[in-house]
Amino acid sequence: MTTEPPPIALDPAPAGADPLFDPRHARRLRRREFLRALVRSKTFLVGAIFVGFWVLDAIFWRAIVPHNPDTTGINTFAGPSSAHWFGTDNLGRDVFSRTLAGASSVLVIAPIATALGVAGGIVVGLTAGYYRGKVDAVIGRIVDAFLSLPLIIIAVLVMASLGRETRNVILVIAIIFTPLVGRTVRSAVLVEREREYVSAARLRGERGSYIMYAEILPNITGPVLVETTIRLGYAIFTAATLAFLGLGLQPPSPDWGLTIAQGYEYISIAWWIIVFPALALATLIVGVNLLADGLRVVVEE
Amino acid sequence: MARTLLLRIGQALITLWIVSILVFAAAQVIPGDVGRTILGPYATNGQVAQLDHKLGTDRPYVQQYWTWITDFVRGDWGESAVQNQPVRPLVLTAFKNSLYLGLFALVLIIPISIGFGVLAALHYGKATDRIISVTGLSLIALPEFVMGVTVALIFGVKLRWLPVDSSVPSLADPVDWFRQFLLPAIPLMFVLFGYISRMARAGTVEALQSNYVRTATLKGLPTRTVIRRHVLRNSLLPTITVIGVQIGYLVGGLVVIETIFRYPGIGQLTLQAALGHDLPTLQAAVLLIAIVYMISNLVADILYTVLNPRVQLA
Repeated sequence: MTTEPPPIALDPAPAGADPLFDPRHARRLRRREFLRALVRSKTFLVGAIFVGFWVLDAIFWRAIVPHNPDTTGINTFAGPSSAHWFGTDNLGRDVFSRTLAGASSVLVIAPIATALGVAGGIVVGLTAGYYRGKVDAVIGRIVDAFLSLPLIIIAVLVMASLGRETRNVILVIAIIFTPLVGRTVRSAVLVEREREYVSAARLRGERGSYIMYAEILPNITGPVLVETTIRLGYAIFTAATLAFLGLGLQPPSPDWGLTIAQGYEYISIAWWIIVFPALALATLIVGVNLLADGLRVVVEE
Repeated sequence: MARTLLLRIGQALITLWIVSILVFAAAQVIPGDVGRTILGPYATNGQVAQLDHKLGTDRPYVQQYWTWITDFVRGDWGESAVQNQPVRPLVLTAFKNSLYLGLFALVLIIPISIGFGVLAALHYGKATDRIISVTGLSLIALPEFVMGVTVALIFGVKLRWLPVDSSVPSLADPVDWFRQFLLPAIPLMFVLFGYISRMARAGTVEALQSNYVRTATLKGLPTRTVIRRHVLRNSLLPTITVIGVQIGYLVGGLVVIETIFRYPGIGQLTLQAALGHDLPTLQAAVLLIAIVYMISNLVADILYTVLNPRVQLA
């Protein structure tokens, strides 16, 4: 994301005008204040450190792993030692290296799925909230239908029919998120559509799509941003759970959910195979949630 | 009152109908021929076509949907494609097993969560409140399988207190209930604790700030009486609704938990049916889950209205 204003300004503020009344300047000021408030939030910072660690790891793990995560060895089920910090698994692979390598799959799947789901939710929520009436009622029933099944049941159903590919994991999470995000966006739109700027745009004769996307949407970025971060946490949660159930990534991927499912068979002889990926997943999810919570507090203020 | 109730039931039925279409559609996208999947690669094309005809999978989708849904309503849920037996007893037995486990978790955790939620509200903003709230939030965030394997590792493998594989307990023996159910119930209870205690806390905080509570305090009632008679009665209303919603969650959590603890419930059945392409079982199980969820939500809604005359259902 860039902080530069768009290069073409059709209507530049006259020189010497009060900067506070220049809308672009005011927006920049508000954004800077927002970022400063975020940095001041301890919750947000701690979350950012956790998440930042795993994001960097997901990008650079190849440079830092001591062993190739896929190389098998005869030294199976070895406990943590100086040679293998987190021990080795049933195939003699280094658990430390696999834990570091396991971040990338979930950190690719979850953000893409979240972005798609949020985009879908914005369209659904804006349409339902702006047009109300019959459109809203029909969308409402379909959303209810989606929400009347536990998330994981829908995922199991769809993954079983579409096949266990990564693309389908992304797709199914995005599909489930669309009505959930749509509901949040809709309630934000219901408040905004009664504001004067919306009636002004309507009196100007603007088209519905213009009012929805160019007028209302920029004014609900706060709640949408918070919703996106919360959903990101759930996306990681869901992707990991699907992998654990055998409906996501397949061996020999070092994905955490998959590793925990496979290591569970050996739980009585080698706790380290599951404990370290579980800790990694827990820190990532808690980090995202702290991030979301810090963001929510700042946005609400 | 009767009108709003009918409206709610009508809405629920429409939603269920849409769910049934979604379930049917999702199951039908499964690639490949149903007859071929059942008979395997060595069957002749003629045999496959014959089976397809017998199962009705060669007919148009609308017709197939209609046959499926009317049979379902009549109580004929078809034959399992994998287990060679009728679907209905299969699904209902699994459902009953899950009901035991779910009820066990609910009965244990509801009083605990409400207690801690109210405690947090009474210490609003203090350390007790913060500890309870943060614990609750972190417990919601973690996937059930992470908590499930953790409790299995600690209490099942390391301490050897309880079995890692749970089976259906003998109904007459309450000790056996705890023995079989405590481990799988813990992750479920953690998540439920997060939601229910948060709701109880929010409701209590709101009630504590209300005028009627201030009046009750000012007229000299002892704190204990104020809390019991004025605060709790009002603060627990939203909690009832959230419990209704959580029953739906519970079924989702059961998929994971039953898989970890190898417990023969509806969650495990659904997952096995999905993995084994057992369409009749999968469809029936998912539709049953949706019905249960819908009913528990409806009951929560109705209870809420009955207990709180100020609320008018829209």
